Amino acid sequence: MAQATSPPEVVRESGQARRYNSDAAGLGRLRAGAFAAPALLLIAVFLVFPALWVLYLGLTNYRLTGIAAAEPQFVGLDNLISAVSDPTFWSSTWLTVQFVLGSAVIGQVGLGFAIAWLLRDRQGPLKRLVEGLVILAWILPSAIVSFLWVALLDRDGGTLNALLSTPQFAPLLDHPMLSIIVFNTWRGTAFSMMLYGAALGNVPPSHLESARLAGASGWQQLRDVVFPHIRGHILTNLLLISLWTFNDFTPFLLTAGGPDGQSEVLAVHVYKVALQGGELGYGAAVSTIILLINLVVAVFYLRLLRSKK
Amino acid sequence: MAAIELRGLSKVYPGGVKALDSLDLAIPDGEFFALLGPSGCGKTTLLRTIAGLETATGGAVVIGERDVTGVQPGARDIAMVFQDYALFPHMDVTDNISYPLRIKKVGKGPRREKAAEVGARLGLEHLMDRRPGQLSGGQQQRVALARVMATQAQAFLFDEPLSNLDARLRLEARTFLKKLQRELGVTTVFVTHDQAEALAMADRMAVMEAGHIRQIGTPAEVFQRPANTFVAGFIGSTPMNLLDGTVRGDTLEVAGCKVAVPVTAEGRLSDGEKIVYGVRPEYMAYSAAPAEGAFGGRVVIVENLGASHLVTLEAGDVSVQAVVPEGNEPAVGDDGYAVPRRDRALIYRDGDLV
Amino acid sequence: MTRFVLGRIGFYTLIAVLLAFFTIPLLWLVTAPFTSDPTYKVSVPDFTLDNFRAIAEHPYALPSLWNSVLLSAGTALLVVILAALAAYALSRVRLPGRDALLYTLLLLSSIITGTAAMVPLFQLAVQLNLIDSQLGLILILTGGLLPAAIFMMKDFMDATPKSYEESARVFGATPLQIVRHVVVPLVRPGLATIGVWAVANVWGNFLMPYLLLSDVEKQPAAVITYTLYTEGGQANLSMLSTFGLLYSIPVVLMYLFVSKKYGFRFHGGIKR
Repeated sequence: MAQATSPPEVVRESGQARRYNSDAAGLGRLRAGAFAAPALLLIAVFLVFPALWVLYLGLTNYRLTGIAAAEPQFVGLDNLISAVSDPTFWSSTWLTVQFVLGSAVIGQVGLGFAIAWLLRDRQGPLKRLVEGLVILAWILPSAIVSFLWVALLDRDGGTLNALLSTPQFAPLLDHPMLSIIVFNTWRGTAFSMMLYGAALGNVPPSHLESARLAGASGWQQLRDVVFPHIRGHILTNLLLISLWTFNDFTPFLLTAGGPDGQSEVLAVHVYKVALQGGELGYGAAVSTIILLINLVVAVFYLRLLRSKK
Repeated sequence: MAAIELRGLSKVYPGGVKALDSLDLAIPDGEFFALLGPSGCGKTTLLRTIAGLETATGGAVVIGERDVTGVQPGARDIAMVFQDYALFPHMDVTDNISYPLRIKKVGKGPRREKAAEVGARLGLEHLMDRRPGQLSGGQQQRVALARVMATQAQAFLFDEPLSNLDARLRLEARTFLKKLQRELGVTTVFVTHDQAEALAMADRMAVMEAGHIRQIGTPAEVFQRPANTFVAGFIGSTPMNLLDGTVRGDTLEVAGCKVAVPVTAEGRLSDGEKIVYGVRPEYMAYSAAPAEGAFGGRVVIVENLGASHLVTLEAGDVSVQAVVPEGNEPAVGDDGYAVPRRDRALIYRDGDLV
Repeated sequence: MTRFVLGRIGFYTLIAVLLAFFTIPLLWLVTAPFTSDPTYKVSVPDFTLDNFRAIAEHPYALPSLWNSVLLSAGTALLVVILAALAAYALSRVRLPGRDALLYTLLLLSSIITGTAAMVPLFQLAVQLNLIDSQLGLILILTGGLLPAAIFMMKDFMDATPKSYEESARVFGATPLQIVRHVVVPLVRPGLATIGVWAVANVWGNFLMPYLLLSDVEKQPAAVITYTLYTEGGQANLSMLSTFGLLYSIPVVLMYLFVSKKYGFRFHGGIKR
């Protein structure tokens, strides 16, 4: 399924251009409709319909196998109620909050900004090397990087233990949440780094220079000149990466939610309950909650984009 | 070649904005015709409606003998040069010039021949393999002209053909374009916001404002006898003096001075009437000594125009401008007198020429 | 002066730590494939190519890479064609409800993620008999990528001056000729960007093929990798590392290509 993508900013047609007939090729509505139809049809069937269906499924006792698979019963809000009264749901939610706050908000934003700030005035091989490695961690397939971390953190022969001389230390078993938080920070910093790199490039050098002339320290420059300029970028970045991290399924590849549900974030929770456990109705109810949270974040994000215009 | 005629042409945008308000216009075969006006006056909309890129909401467009109002742009037998030239960046000059022929299913051989012929005529022979991105602004413009020439169309439409050139090149291109149009003899309508360009190039011109045509005429007519105060203010590189005045018997009282009634308005004014007195700064005789029928006042600004100076006098509480030949310019603070030429001054009543 | 020196030292220490953090996890991927009998620990390779020979004989390894190619190329092709057509129509013609439609697309692309929709998508695939169908998976992946692709494409289209098309139109070109002769060549960089973006997205996608393809012969490399390291007993590390390297190389090449050709600057919607 789609990685959530950052919607590009909407280009507004200027008032002048809008006045003229925009149908430059003389396409006409009928042909335009035919052009758009196949794409809209696929979106309707494979994106919109599933989203609506998940709402319906959440109201049934649908199961993967057994009687309820053949004749699902309408159970109303039972699934939702059993979800919110189920301690594993709440523990998953709490783990997800930790995951998003720890790896996205603190890890990726912090590290991404730090790298962009450190390298802001640099050119040349060192900058390319650092950026290249950070981006590499981002673009490699998730199945590969997950295994690389499994290898790194292995209890018996992992490179980390060899480096730290701590034999038998098993981070994935003893500190599963910390492991996936560090992993996801490593994995996703590139996006924030590039975004802040671009944002810092847009801070007018004359503003920084006049602050420096006034004797501002590095920290004061950051606070008084840089931060006001990139505030919008920070908010955009926070919303987007929170959305992505919240929906990230990669922790499953690292810990499969274990041990004993200690790293079962909501994305993994849905998979385990619905597709491994077969309780599709309950899984759909949790999916509905995820959809709603996504909706809230996305609407915030779009509001923000609009208000920038 | 063909004449172009517009009959009661209207264009109303969905929001209710009237871009063209029932225009009538006849452009005879072979004429070089300018549509002039400030931005937003509807001149480009008019050109695009003639081309068929915009659909008229009323009236008719006739090209030759044919009513083309509902006809697709491609079937109107016209060719158009766009403001940005719209040369296809992915095609070389040859392919760009011969594109109209490709659409008409002319074979590749004849197409290249025609492109080479037209290209050579415009001095592009050594550029035929280049892409538009590798050409200068002037060269791009000539490629765009070559492309419309290759179409053998009945009429050419140019949308601000010179506005993308820098100032010096623009003067050259003006002369070149006028000569080319003479030689080809194709009916050509061009849009411009630059009154000097329209005066210099056009056989006749229409001055537009807010979807209306304010005056149609030759450049000389439009310059010497603007039909209304809008045209008077818009035409000319130094704006016309337009001064409120009152008829007092057989003279006029304007800006606190007594001036003579212009030749054209003689016997057509009634005593006590409020009028607007118009005279171009170029049609003023300046002197340092008081003179009969002159605007007198203190010199407040002197602007150098090169071979002459534009002098601004403060006469009472209004400003009067006069063009003074080099050598005669006063100093700021002097007293000066400007006598309007009776045969060139104009009287406007309720905004229209008397 | 001392402050300056301390600052330099601090800077390079930080950079060294960063480099270590980002490099160490990756080292194994470049050493283990060339080591005979590798362990989890990074060690100096003996530069053997036996592992590559072994992988050629593995029944599922190379076929799964081919499956990844099929899925990525199929999806990218569909996404590019359908998104371009739709984006062109939406950019140039004021279809009724266009703005609302675009806003909805934007919203959908952000909120309906694999996580949120895995339950009904699985259901849908069962109902439509699309389980274990690569074509079905391509359609589902396409549906997921299309909204963002349409949005990015529309940006490209909006930024393209209309006078090119108008010019061709005045010369008598039909709408379809205009699209073929003028629009497609003009937005080719956009088409390439969307194509690369779609390939990268599908190439790394684990969840959807894991959910919808259970036949090992149809599974792409992402799923096979996971199977290789979770299935029974001790993972075959030489196999895994070598396979991982082969699976990673195309992504790296594609990244280098894009950054060379278009400059991998930060760009609105380009995420993996």
